[in-house]
Amino acid sequence: MTNIINNLGIILYATLIYMTPLMYAALGSCFSEVSGVVNIGIEGMMTAGAFTGTVVAYFTGSPWIGFLCGGLAGMFFGALHAIATVKLGADQTIAGTAINMLGPGIVIMIAKVMFNSTDTIPLEPSMKIPRLFRGVFDTSTVFGRFMDNVFANFASTYLVFLAVIIVWFIFYKTRFGLRLRACGEHPQACETLGIDVIKMRFLCVCISGFLSGLGGACVTMAISTQFRPISIVGQGFIAIAAVIFGKFRPHGALLGCLLFGFCSGLKVVLGGSSGVNMQLLSMIPYAVTVIVLILFVGKSHVPSANGKPYLRTK
Amino acid sequence: MKEKKGVFSYIADHRFLQILISIFMGFLVGAVFLIIMGLSVGEAYGRLLTSITSLKGFSYVIVYSISYIVVGLSVAFSFKTGVFNIGAEGQFVVGSMAAACVGILCGNLPGIVLIPLCFLAAMAAGAIWGSIVGFLKTRWGINEVLSMIMFNWIAFYLSNFIAGIPAIHSDGSAESTKNIAASARTLLPQGFIDRLNIAPTANWGILVAVAATVLVWFIIEKTTLGYELKAVGSNKNAAEYGGIGVNRSILTSLAISGALAGLGGALQLMGMGGRISVFTSQEGFGFAGIVVALIGCSNPFGVLVAGLFYGALIYGGSKLNLVGVPTQLINVIVGTVVFFISISILFERLNFTAVRHKTRKEQNIMQQEEIDKANEKGGGKQ
Repeated sequence: MTNIINNLGIILYATLIYMTPLMYAALGSCFSEVSGVVNIGIEGMMTAGAFTGTVVAYFTGSPWIGFLCGGLAGMFFGALHAIATVKLGADQTIAGTAINMLGPGIVIMIAKVMFNSTDTIPLEPSMKIPRLFRGVFDTSTVFGRFMDNVFANFASTYLVFLAVIIVWFIFYKTRFGLRLRACGEHPQACETLGIDVIKMRFLCVCISGFLSGLGGACVTMAISTQFRPISIVGQGFIAIAAVIFGKFRPHGALLGCLLFGFCSGLKVVLGGSSGVNMQLLSMIPYAVTVIVLILFVGKSHVPSANGKPYLRTK
Repeated sequence: MKEKKGVFSYIADHRFLQILISIFMGFLVGAVFLIIMGLSVGEAYGRLLTSITSLKGFSYVIVYSISYIVVGLSVAFSFKTGVFNIGAEGQFVVGSMAAACVGILCGNLPGIVLIPLCFLAAMAAGAIWGSIVGFLKTRWGINEVLSMIMFNWIAFYLSNFIAGIPAIHSDGSAESTKNIAASARTLLPQGFIDRLNIAPTANWGILVAVAATVLVWFIIEKTTLGYELKAVGSNKNAAEYGGIGVNRSILTSLAISGALAGLGGALQLMGMGGRISVFTSQEGFGFAGIVVALIGCSNPFGVLVAGLFYGALIYGGSKLNLVGVPTQLINVIVGTVVFFISISILFERLNFTAVRHKTRKEQNIMQQEEIDKANEKGGGKQ
């Protein structure tokens, strides 16, 4: 029994660790896709955020300024994507592919010039995103250890849950959210009602970049202590997958990220205790995502105008 | 009235020019970054050029290009049916591993049997991997982008798992598979390589790549299958109304696309590495294929040239370190090229605006002339 509670604690800890960066990026992806712009450049925006976050935190000593600047760096590439896709009517998939090359390319080049290495200098503990409720729970008891594992987590994890609620509220309870969703379903109709589709989409893609940048910064500033070229390997794409899994809804994406994180946690615990091959265990999160999709979720409603450039013909 | 064409209209009509302009912009942006970093543009680009123009350098470029071309063809083929094959990476990986298994386990067969067998195994594996995604989409409506991303990672760990099986795993301490049998390698004869002093991994895989290019062009342009696939790609509903099975077309397209990506994996293994390492991160061949397909405008022969171009950049870029320039400059250049390709639709819009301005002007002139004429007539009557 003690063992089970211990393991459950570790699984939940790993779940939260894995899902945090994914969830930021997934919220970003929601903004962009729901407003009608396919954004496969999330990965590149995350990498930009991951690098900028650590560098700024390293030089200013403040994790929060670093975290914010990570978001802004993602936003920069978001704006680039928005200029191409929203203003100039570019093919959204191609532009996203370009962002995925430009983001890592530029930041790793800067890292090379600044640090003479592709890795940044590791952050001091005080420069990292802090962990909340540390030492609050008595780790000498089983229950205390469980609580410590689950709740003594990074502040960024608490923030992301808050962000999910805020985004859900914006999407479904505000006029802005209604307009945003309408832009992704029928931009022409929006325009006839006086909604500036171009402006809305531009804003949404920028927000998308900002949130992705925050997600990237989580990876290098909370989970790890430095930026390396392999810091962001596929998280951006997994986030996109989570959004499709969640039928393009923020709370659905949360379920997707939690499921994915939980399976990753399961992998950690099983890998330590059972004799099953680690490589096979590593497939679990990906295989389970597909299986759950087949069994319970099924077809995902893609916003009707998603991927179609909207241009005014005047 | 004879229409005079403006420069924008000319560029809008010629995709090739748009690509050239994009490539130029790529190098321009690369140069800006070099200047910002305080590095010499001439030295960097000079190094890039000299490292690929020697015979040895050029042979390396061809060796590098082989798998880029074939994976590029894979992505381009799926684009034609309107499917974005982001899963080429996984198909490449399973293809490469299937070829490795055959090359290791059937090592005593002669090359003339073994090599085609490796190719077939790789193509079958890639095709199956692509078809699974197609099946999930057509049977349960699972979004293909999502399942492809998942299957890329499943392929990644599957390959690592197979590499760990005792019959396949290296006898030595290397974290990789055994070397495939020498008869399964596609290398050129050793004496030939030594005499010309070209890349030691020079192989005749490029012939397979060229053959694949022609074949893909033939399927797309000259067969009923290609016609149906293109019809589905350009308008799904119209194709369905015209009696073309959309689901079947998507499945076929993904299977062929997967087979090509798998073939790319086999060519890479049999030409260059000879064995597969345990991966620590994704190899990025699928991503390279997407870039090559975009630069090549999804046209098979365009992809052939784009693959060579990409191979040249990657190989040349690996030599940039020698003059103190970060290799990542290549990613920035290629990223910029792709970015400008994405916005090359701009030329059509500029042209559209130009034409509209012109016609409005012409209309005004014509109206004025009519008024003048009417006035003259009226004046004559008076």
